[in-house]
Amino acid sequence: MTTVTTNRDAEAGMRLNFRAIAAIYRFEMARTWRTPSQSIVSPVLSTALYFVVFGGAIGSRMQSIDGVPYGAFIVPGLIMMSLLTQSIANASFAIYFPKFTGTIYELLSAPVAWWEAVIGYVGAAASKSMLLGLIILLTATFFVPLRIEHPAMMLLFLVLTATTFSLFGFIIGIWADGFEKLQVIPLLIVTPLAFLGGSFYSIAMLPPFWQKVTLFNPVVYLISGFRWSFYGIADVSLGVSLGMTLFFLVLCIGIVGWIFRTGYRLKN
Amino acid sequence: MAAMLMSSTSPIISVSGLSKTYATGFSALKSVDLEIRRGEIFALLGPNGAGKTTLISIICGLVKPSTGTVLADGYDIIRDYRAARATIGLVPQELTTDAFETVWSTVSFSRGLFGKPKDPAFIERILKELSLWDKKDTQIRRLSGGMKRRVLIAKALAHEPRILFLDEPTAGVDVELRQDMWQMVRRLKESGVTIILTTHYIEEAEEMADRIGVISKGEIILVEEKAELMRKLGKKQLSLQLQQPIEAVPATLAAFNLSLSPAGDELVYTYDTQAERTGITTLLQGLAEAGIRFRDLSTSQSSLEDIFVSLVRERA
Ligand SMILES: Nc1ncnc2c1ncn2[C@@H]1O[C@H](COP(=O)(O)OP(=O)(O)OP(=O)(O)O)[C@@H](O)[C@H]1O
Ligand SMILES: [Mg+2]
Repeated sequence: MTTVTTNRDAEAGMRLNFRAIAAIYRFEMARTWRTPSQSIVSPVLSTALYFVVFGGAIGSRMQSIDGVPYGAFIVPGLIMMSLLTQSIANASFAIYFPKFTGTIYELLSAPVAWWEAVIGYVGAAASKSMLLGLIILLTATFFVPLRIEHPAMMLLFLVLTATTFSLFGFIIGIWADGFEKLQVIPLLIVTPLAFLGGSFYSIAMLPPFWQKVTLFNPVVYLISGFRWSFYGIADVSLGVSLGMTLFFLVLCIGIVGWIFRTGYRLKN
Repeated sequence: MAAMLMSSTSPIISVSGLSKTYATGFSALKSVDLEIRRGEIFALLGPNGAGKTTLISIICGLVKPSTGTVLADGYDIIRDYRAARATIGLVPQELTTDAFETVWSTVSFSRGLFGKPKDPAFIERILKELSLWDKKDTQIRRLSGGMKRRVLIAKALAHEPRILFLDEPTAGVDVELRQDMWQMVRRLKESGVTIILTTHYIEEAEEMADRIGVISKGEIILVEEKAELMRKLGKKQLSLQLQQPIEAVPATLAAFNLSLSPAGDELVYTYDTQAERTGITTLLQGLAEAGIRFRDLSTSQSSLEDIFVSLVRERA
């Protein structure tokens, strides 16, 4: 009889369902390895094409920027761009698809807190895109001369950006009620912001008016900070970059928290 | 001590004042009260759209209640949702599966999701019981519909729930699987699991359930021991088309409570199929003695729909 009581207390006292987080994380990672050509090879390949074109073919005709050869200058920006788009794509799809097929019933009926589900899904999406970023980095070394002056800061920016944009993708996946909505924000907002975020040029090269406008683009801060960790050069100061990156992270955490506290769009 | 006492005698699920109004403004449940006894098989019977799935979905955490409370094994499904949900397994009405997962991985995933430590031997046992063992490495999309339903059952059982919900488990299932499924349900009941199933078919409830609840238009209109309900539902009618219309039922046949059609050409006798003697033979003898001849006869059993209608009318 005592064991019965103990079991009840143990069940009632479950404060953290770590096994659920691990199950979700593993499930999502397994999905990646099932389709490696789609989830790894193709994004790496498409980014590598930039290195070939800009690093090899055109780069030799371009001026160095702040003493960094053009081919090497664009590498941090390109990594950031795939980090952004892949984080969003991974996380939005991961939560949208179970909603679409109905398999989300199991998550909703499980003893899992919303933040545990977020850790599982967002953790997996961020891991995947970071892995991708590192593979792209490795690939880049074959085409352009690279140096990384501040590896620890580089990893920090990688983790913060992947996490933030995986959270952002998660929000999109919950908000979307059709495949079109799933695509529209990445396509119409994120891709332009990423392209205009200073991957291919230094902000200082823009006319003064556009320099000001560009500062409203959050991607500028990510790329600038990330590039600083490579070459020690930046468009905006490191502190501002780091501050803005953290701000976006906190903002996304706040929105996800609000979504779940209000039960928005997951439960009738 | 109090907790121990409570856990052995109190209902395993108690629903009180539960209402659900969907965002569309549609009121799918209207102040439902229901208690499920520990260890019983309870059949929830009702026509399409009655609110069966809505009720189950609220208890399992898929749908938010508008008002009311639900306790599962003494735990509030909202305040103590972890403890409540850990005791519940759900087999949904729709066949929703992860097409590209293998049977083994999807069932193991379910166990992890519910916070249970890995136990390959246990999962092997479930898969074998459900005749899924030889399919364990097959992707779910390559399975037939009946097999997919088995997979959903395996997933629901993977965390060793004390309460199992089966939402229309026999939809699209052949006779063999149905028999397998009922056997499994009986085994689970023997091991102490409480089972709540929904169905449209009175026969199914009759075969399996200890108690039956009837739900219609979001209201539980009756909850009864199966034996009692079968007696009520077991009424049949015998209609006799007469060769010559009669003015009135002869006094000699008064005991049969016959009803005569307005035109006087049809007699209807209502009897109980569960009774030892239905009285048909004596009725026919009595008719012959009274000189009433008939040209045709037919019997009919009141359908579940009729019973719903009459139950709802009774309440109105
Ligand atoms: N998400 C929703 N939004 C609005 N109305 C809903 C929603 N889900 C269900 N309903 C309505 O609530 C009512 C009850 O539905 P429910 O699925 O609970 O019925 P059911 O008894 O399970 O029926 P069936 O036997 O067909 O499975 C139906 O009229 C249905 O149209
Ligand atoms: Mg239903």
